[in-house]
Amino acid sequence: MGIYSVLGENLEQVKESLYTGKSGIGIDPRRTEMGFRSSLTGILPRPNLKGMLSRRERVGLPEQGEYAFMSTKQALDNAGITQDYLDNNEVGILFGNDSSAVPVIEAIDNMREKKDSTLLGSGSIFQSMNSTVTMNLSVILKLRGINLTVCGACASGSHAIGLGYFLIKQGLQDMIVCGGAQEINPESMCSFDGLSAFSVNHNDPTKASRPFDKDRDGLIPSGGAATVIIESLESAKRRGANIIAEVIGYGFSSNGDHISVPNVDGPVKSLEKAIKDANISPKDIDYINAHATSTPVGDMNEAQAIARVFEGCNVPVTSTKSQTGHEMWMGGASEVIYSILMMQNNFVAANINLDNPDEYSSKLNIPNKRIDHKIDTFLSNSFGFGGTNSTLIVKKFVE
Amino acid sequence: MNREEVIDKINDFLIDEFELEADQLTPDALLKDDLEIESLDFVDIVVIVEKEFGLKINGAEMKEVKTLDQFYTYIHTNLNK
Repeated sequence: MGIYSVLGENLEQVKESLYTGKSGIGIDPRRTEMGFRSSLTGILPRPNLKGMLSRRERVGLPEQGEYAFMSTKQALDNAGITQDYLDNNEVGILFGNDSSAVPVIEAIDNMREKKDSTLLGSGSIFQSMNSTVTMNLSVILKLRGINLTVCGACASGSHAIGLGYFLIKQGLQDMIVCGGAQEINPESMCSFDGLSAFSVNHNDPTKASRPFDKDRDGLIPSGGAATVIIESLESAKRRGANIIAEVIGYGFSSNGDHISVPNVDGPVKSLEKAIKDANISPKDIDYINAHATSTPVGDMNEAQAIARVFEGCNVPVTSTKSQTGHEMWMGGASEVIYSILMMQNNFVAANINLDNPDEYSSKLNIPNKRIDHKIDTFLSNSFGFGGTNSTLIVKKFVE
Repeated sequence: MNREEVIDKINDFLIDEFELEADQLTPDALLKDDLEIESLDFVDIVVIVEKEFGLKINGAEMKEVKTLDQFYTYIHTNLNK
């Protein structure tokens, strides 16, 4: 696995940030100048890929594609997968990504000014499409398996891993590069800001993301990329891989309800389907990484869904979005990595900024300080606009 | 703009933008086979030439341009038309 996030640019840095409860949130002055309601955002530097990729390989990569290249390169290196391996085996790619705003805006601005499409350059089309990440990485890595982008709003990254797991379980693929990528620029976030869903706690950016807390006032957009390499057990054993964990369950559902307001029944169905698919019972889950984004309705409905499915379990529940902000298309993948890092290091990261639980979150076991805790199996929720829900269950690998 | 200035500008962007080495830029270098400038790169060359020289390249005419020297000549001639 590999990560490029507001909590760090590699697994070790991210683990340390989770352990210490560091926030990746700050203020972007450009948003203030542009007329945003909220200038809060995850803060992440753009990587410099010159020297790592050729000009032709870089030209088609937008911001989130650069993040995805960084997390994927790391994941492949960590998994011991060489270009020679990719050249000689059928490896696929499934990534969650649901926007690519800046290249679209730049192309339209250019057209309006110059009235000549031949002056847009060759990279614009490849940067503009939602499939930009899988389109570019499959060419850079010369992949020959499934090649598909999953657009499932804020559950995209989670669905990508879930669908990859299904393909492998069905015996249709041996190995798939899965993940999620999220652009972090203001242009991509202005229309979401217009819904007044973002926190305006500008006085205290690191305290602004407060999932499950009564005093929350909205989410904070964030981004980066996360990659996990999933493969069949046979494939992993054949190549002598260091197996980190097993995906054992994937559940999904659609609320069939409001476009932006989540409900309780849809998430409950997703949770129950994942648990059934994993062939375990709720008490077997040692940790829940909640979707909770720090919006009142979303957090409260998820808390009710968790309470209903996990009644009597007292399992620790946290939202790592308290530290990262909402990583949207990426979040479902990054949160699996955050949870694995906790699983590997026997702790649950604090749900920071939870000072006053609301009436629903008070019924859950949500630690606001880091706790030492052995995790063998965890569950990760991701929900998105349109009422799309995805739940993954991951287990520590034991021979 | 004289021919030397045209050559300098073209060489500069081939080195900066296309990451070619100065010693690759010989007049008889073939754009496709020697400099590995492919069809998508020509799309970007159109953009750069417009920016650097204020000149709109004609796609059909560019098909006849095979070597770097012919490219210098094409730009220089069109600039002075």
